[in-house]
Amino acid sequence: MSTANLDPTLNTHGAHAEHEEEDHRMFGFIVFLLSESVIFLSFFVGYTVYKTNITDWLPAGVEGLEVREPLINTIVLVSSSFVIYFAERFLHRENLWGFRAFWLLTMAMGSFFLYGQAVEWMGLPFGFTDGVFGGTFYLLTGFHGLHVMTGVLLQGIMLGRSFLPNNYAGGEFGVAATSLFWHFVDVIWIILFILIYVWQ
Amino acid sequence: MSNASIEAIAAKSGQPFPGAPNNWRRFFSFSTDHKVIGIQYMVTAFVFFLIGGLLAMVMRGELITPEADLVDRTVYNALFTMHGTIMLFMWTFPVLNGLSNYLVPLMIGARDMAFPRLNAAAFWLVPVFGTLLMVSFFVPGGPSQSGWWAYPPVSLQNPTGNLINGQVLWLLAVALSGVSSIMGAVNFVTTIFRMRAPGMGWFKMPAFCWTVLSAQMIQLFGLPSLTAGAVMLLLDLTAGTSFFDPARGGDPVLYQHFFWFYSHPAVYVIILPIFGTFSEIFPVYARKPLFGYRFVVVSSLIITVLSAMVWVHHMFASGTPSWMRMLFMFSTMLISVPTGVKVFAWVATVWGGKLRLDTPMLFALGGLVCFLFAGITGVMLGAVPFDIHVNNTYFVVGHFHYVIYGATVMGVYAAIYHWFPKMTGHMYYEGLGKLHFALTFIGVNLNFFPMHPLGLMGMPRRVASYDPEFAYWNVIASLGGFLLGVSTLPFILNMISSWILGKRAPANPWNAIGLEWLIPSPPPVENFEEIPIVVSGPYGYGSDEPLVANNPAGELISEHS
Repeated sequence: MSTANLDPTLNTHGAHAEHEEEDHRMFGFIVFLLSESVIFLSFFVGYTVYKTNITDWLPAGVEGLEVREPLINTIVLVSSSFVIYFAERFLHRENLWGFRAFWLLTMAMGSFFLYGQAVEWMGLPFGFTDGVFGGTFYLLTGFHGLHVMTGVLLQGIMLGRSFLPNNYAGGEFGVAATSLFWHFVDVIWIILFILIYVWQ
Repeated sequence: MSNASIEAIAAKSGQPFPGAPNNWRRFFSFSTDHKVIGIQYMVTAFVFFLIGGLLAMVMRGELITPEADLVDRTVYNALFTMHGTIMLFMWTFPVLNGLSNYLVPLMIGARDMAFPRLNAAAFWLVPVFGTLLMVSFFVPGGPSQSGWWAYPPVSLQNPTGNLINGQVLWLLAVALSGVSSIMGAVNFVTTIFRMRAPGMGWFKMPAFCWTVLSAQMIQLFGLPSLTAGAVMLLLDLTAGTSFFDPARGGDPVLYQHFFWFYSHPAVYVIILPIFGTFSEIFPVYARKPLFGYRFVVVSSLIITVLSAMVWVHHMFASGTPSWMRMLFMFSTMLISVPTGVKVFAWVATVWGGKLRLDTPMLFALGGLVCFLFAGITGVMLGAVPFDIHVNNTYFVVGHFHYVIYGATVMGVYAAIYHWFPKMTGHMYYEGLGKLHFALTFIGVNLNFFPMHPLGLMGMPRRVASYDPEFAYWNVIASLGGFLLGVSTLPFILNMISSWILGKRAPANPWNAIGLEWLIPSPPPVENFEEIPIVVSGPYGYGSDEPLVANNPAGELISEHS
């Protein structure tokens, strides 16, 4: 070990530690996602408990939720999981333009989902503070929406990074993690859609 | 700093290869070294321990007479709320994270944690949320008064009408503490899974690392439930939702489920690493291998799983249906089986050993005695009829404090004394250590034993004044409490003076087995010049088998028995 590595401020991770950190990132990220899924699980449990226990569950004057637009949104989001998979495949085959095209398409589909949700929110006859139903509805869809937004943001960063020279030695973890995150957000949405829109 | 001065420091430290510079300033910097972060965690936690202890002193001062004459009732409410919050979120979790941070990479033969920068960020959140919590003493209306569990509808009251109030700050601090803990948990789990030295199979890993892994798994899968509850409570308080407001259709009991689904397992987040500490210390000071190592390890995993199935025992008196009470009574009592396995293993380890009663061993034995007592009252509380009888009385407070102070704090002290030579490169003063132990052990029992008769007599908890018939035991408890306050003084004195002036510690002052004892004290920057290749288990006392195939520090442990 050379003395050059012995910076007394102890930020001493040489190339060795950096490399190790790379290796462990995906494992750590999966662990994090498992933990994150428990927050959603808690919200889902809360929603189910409220829905089964509260007699006047829907706010006065609200009949139920319109399913058609959310269903279109669901189809778009679920399809985007396949699109992002193909983007990754292009990257593995070192077809950078193919990757960028499909990656951008995923971003567009994610953005469409967010736009669709915003339109839905604006048209709803109840608000965040209208009883427990209003609260849980916006909490669940909002918290999920926040994740979609994060996903699109991460995708944007990865797309930008793909234009940096010599990037893709270290950039593949970012792509793999973003893609995994996107699948996660997707699975959560499917459960959420069934819970809120199908089970009315 | 120039290379020349670094070399001078390394030379001064007398280590065979350049070690950590003995510079106190690095403990105030954004360091990514797990050893620095570990000590930063522990020292920060201890500062909050003193603050939390001071609040407890005021409470015991109030309770020394039956009348509410020292502080008024609202201040008393704030005192017990902040005492509980600080001791759990600012003391136990950070101090154990610190200990684990310091020890785990050394014990598994790694150069650092998996994510050093994330590790540092997780630590620096501690002073941030600690400050946030302290700020609540100065906002109009004062700090939260709803207890460390923040049950609605009490926690939904906001008499000042301000958006920034004690309860909101409390929730933000707890949420940040959760973020920090999850960052830590991801790091620990990844480190232990992925960074063990070659040859260190799962069943060659020290029991302490197993308990840390178990505890951090609970953080990962339990904490999000508290976060969910806290977010909903925060929205109720600030955004006008009604999740937990019964007047507007909400369900306050749901909050209790969210809260205890994490906060009961959190007890195991606290006690499991202490079990690990006991498992490391008893073999060293009894000169015997840990009895039933595999059983000790597997019991940690069973406790982890069972811990997620017992939370409703905190809610036996919350209108819980009888069938559910029965179910959770059985699951609660079941947890005493794996715990009992551990206790038997420790007793069998110590049994017939050549005991050395150094301070770490004294604290470990004292902690074990207290834990046994807490275990017995714990089984009693698990029984529904008894629990309902003593619900919300001092019996519960006594049980809880035997776990938290008796076992946990004493276990932390045991660990600090045991690894102090490794961490600082200096020996502590044995006489001061023994004085510290004597004061602590007497203080714990004087303070917390009287709470059991008080509870059985019916004294409710969380009250500033009480019926004069409870005065006798309360006076004893208060005296014990003050003694506990005093007991920290020899500890502080010992730590500071021996760190500066203490005799230089060799690499392995206790003649212990374990990778951390193969390297100099204090360990050099990246721990191991060469990553050790592990060939045998961690508790080979009395066996001639070497622990590692290559020797990372160029000197072997002189003897094993």
